[in-house]
Amino acid sequence: MTPWMLVPRDHSSRAWVWLSPVVAIVLTLLAGSALFAAMGTNPLQGLNVFVVAPLSSVRGWSELLLKATPLVLCGVGLAVCFRANVWNIGAEGQLIAGAIVGGGIALLATADSPRAWYVLVLLASAVGGALWASITAWLRDRFNANEILVSLMLVYVAQQLISWLVQDPWRDPNGYGFPQSELFAAAARIPLILEGTRVNAGSVLALVAAGAIWLLLARTVLGFQLKVVGLAPIAARYAGFSQRRSLWTALLISGALAGLAGGLEVAGPIGQLTSTISPGYGFAAIIVALVGRLHSVGIVLASLVMALFYIGGDLAQSRLGLPSALTGVYQGLLLFFLLACDTLIKYRLRLRRTAPI
Amino acid sequence: MDALASLIAITMNAGTPLLLAAIGVVVNERSGVVNLGTEGMMLVAAVVGFTVTLASGQYWLGFVAGAFAGMLMALLFAALAIGLLTNQFATGLALSLFGAGLSAFIGLALQAETLPMRAADGVPGLRDIPFLGPALFAHHWVVYLSLAMTAGVAWFLFRTRGGLVLRAVGESPECAHALGHPVRRVRCAALAFGGACAGLAGAYLSTIYTPLWSEGMVAGRGWIALALVTFATWRPGRALFGAYLFGGVAMLQLYLQGEGVEIATQWLAMTPYVATIVVLALISRNPRWIRLNMPASLGKPFSPNA
Repeated sequence: MTPWMLVPRDHSSRAWVWLSPVVAIVLTLLAGSALFAAMGTNPLQGLNVFVVAPLSSVRGWSELLLKATPLVLCGVGLAVCFRANVWNIGAEGQLIAGAIVGGGIALLATADSPRAWYVLVLLASAVGGALWASITAWLRDRFNANEILVSLMLVYVAQQLISWLVQDPWRDPNGYGFPQSELFAAAARIPLILEGTRVNAGSVLALVAAGAIWLLLARTVLGFQLKVVGLAPIAARYAGFSQRRSLWTALLISGALAGLAGGLEVAGPIGQLTSTISPGYGFAAIIVALVGRLHSVGIVLASLVMALFYIGGDLAQSRLGLPSALTGVYQGLLLFFLLACDTLIKYRLRLRRTAPI
Repeated sequence: MDALASLIAITMNAGTPLLLAAIGVVVNERSGVVNLGTEGMMLVAAVVGFTVTLASGQYWLGFVAGAFAGMLMALLFAALAIGLLTNQFATGLALSLFGAGLSAFIGLALQAETLPMRAADGVPGLRDIPFLGPALFAHHWVVYLSLAMTAGVAWFLFRTRGGLVLRAVGESPECAHALGHPVRRVRCAALAFGGACAGLAGAYLSTIYTPLWSEGMVAGRGWIALALVTFATWRPGRALFGAYLFGGVAMLQLYLQGEGVEIATQWLAMTPYVATIVVLALISRNPRWIRLNMPASLGKPFSPNA
C-alpha cells in the first residue's frame, strides 16, 4: 500500500497540461545538480556552465538556434504523427535518408552551378525523408506491421547506408581515407543569415514549418480528421474519415520534415556527408514533441531547451572536464519527469488516511 | 564437419542474448505490460556487467550485477507505468533513451579495457565429443542457463497456478482484480523478471559475446527481441526458435565474410534489421491471428481505483 492514491479527475486539468513540462524541466535541473554534486563538481558551477553560460554570448545564442532547428523540424513532424496516433519513432532514420538524398544532389553541384542550387538540395532531402517514412507507412498499411519497430529498424539501416556511402562510392579521394564525402560546392550550401555566426536560412524555414503545422492541425479539415482518427478511431470511422489516409499523411509529412532537417544539417553547418551527421536529433525530437505538448509553440520552446542541453553537454566537457554524454542522461531524465507530472493531468494525488473510515 | 559445428556454435552464441531478452519480454507482455525499454535495460546492464567483471575478475558476479541493474531499470519503469499509470509506450521509450545516455556516461572510461582470461567454456567431458562437442557443448554456462530458463518459463506460464494468474492479469486485469489477485504486484514482479532477463542478455553481450564495451553496442538487439516476441506469438518455445533464426543471420554474416565474398561490411550489418522488418511484415499480415494470440489487455494501464 502506497501512502498515497491516484483519484481520477472529472475533467482533465488544463492547467497541468502546460504546468507539467515546466515542473519537469525544473525537476530535471534539480536532479542534474545532484548529478554534478555526485561527480564532485559544485552544482551551482555545473548549472552555470550547463544552462547560463551558453546564453551569455551572441555566439551561444546563434549555436542554440542552429541546434534547435533540426529539433523543431523533426518535433513538429512527430507531433502530427502522435496526434494521429501513429508511433513514428524513426525520425532519426528519416533525417539520415534526407541527408543522403540531399547530399547526393549537393555533390553534383560545381563551382559554376547557379546559387539557387541549395533549394534543389533541400527539396531532394525532403523527398528522401518522405520516401524513407513511406516504407513504414506501406508496411503498416499493407501488412499491418508495427510502425514502432519498423521505423526504428529503419534507423539502423539508414545509419549503415550512409556509413557505406561515405566509405565507398562517395568517399572523398583526397580525404586521406577518412569516411567522408568531398566538401559541397558553395552553391549547394545554405545561405547564412547572421554575419559572423553559423545561423542559416534553415532556422527561418523551421519557424515557417512550425507555423504551417499549427495551421494544419488547428485550422484545416485534414488536421481535424487526423486528430479525430488519433483520439477516437471508431468515431472517425463512423464519420467516414479514412484511417489509411491519416496514416500516410502523418508519416509523409513527418518524414519530409525530418528529411529537410537532415538536408539542412549536411548543407549547413557540416558542409559534407559523414557517417555521424546527427547526435540523435531524431530521438531527442520525440522528447521535444512530448514536452512541447504536440503544439507548435510548445515544440519551438522545448527545442530551445533541448538545444541548450546539447550545448551545455559540450561546454561541460570543455570547461569542467565532464563527459558530454551527460546530455543523454539529462534528456532521459526530462522525459521521465514529464511523464510522471503528466499523471496529474488526469488524476489527483490524495494521501491515504491512516485510520480506517 | 568442423565448419558445420562452428556454424552451429556461432548461431547459438549470437542467438543467446536475443533469447534471454525475448524470454523477459514474453513474461512482461503475458502480464499485459509493454516495456519498450529492453534496449535501454540491456545497455545499462552491459556496461554494469562489464565494469563489475573487470573490477572483480569474476564473470558470474558480472552477470549478477547485470541482472540486478536490468531489474532496477525495470522497476523504474514499473514506478511510472504501474504506479503513476503513465502511457506504457512513451515510458518504455523514455527508458530506452535514458539507458542509452546513462550507459554512454558510465562507460566512458571503459572504451579501451579488456576483460581477464576465463577458464575454458563448456561441459567437461561432453565438449570433447567429436562434432557434437564443439557445436553444442563448448558454450559459456549462460547459454545453457538461457535454455533452461526457456523451459522453465514455458512450464511456469502454462503448467502452474502462478502462470495462470499472470496470464489472467494480462488478459483481463479487471477480472483478476475482482477475484482478489494483486494485479499491480503481479505486473511489477513480471517487469522485474523481464528486467533481469534483459540484464543477463546485456551482460552476455559485453562480457562473453563481444567481449568489450563500446557505446551503443547492443545495436538494436533489444528492439529485435521485442519483434521476436510478436513473431513467437508470446510463446517461449517459439521465441527460442526465432532467436536462433536471428542468430543464424549473424552466422551467415561471418560465414560470407570468411568465404571472402566481396560485399561491404555495412550491407552485412544491415541484414538483421532488414530481416526483422521482413519477418514482422510477414507475421503481422493476418491481424486476426495476431489478435487471437496477443494478451487481450496488452498496453492498457490498470488502476484498481478507477
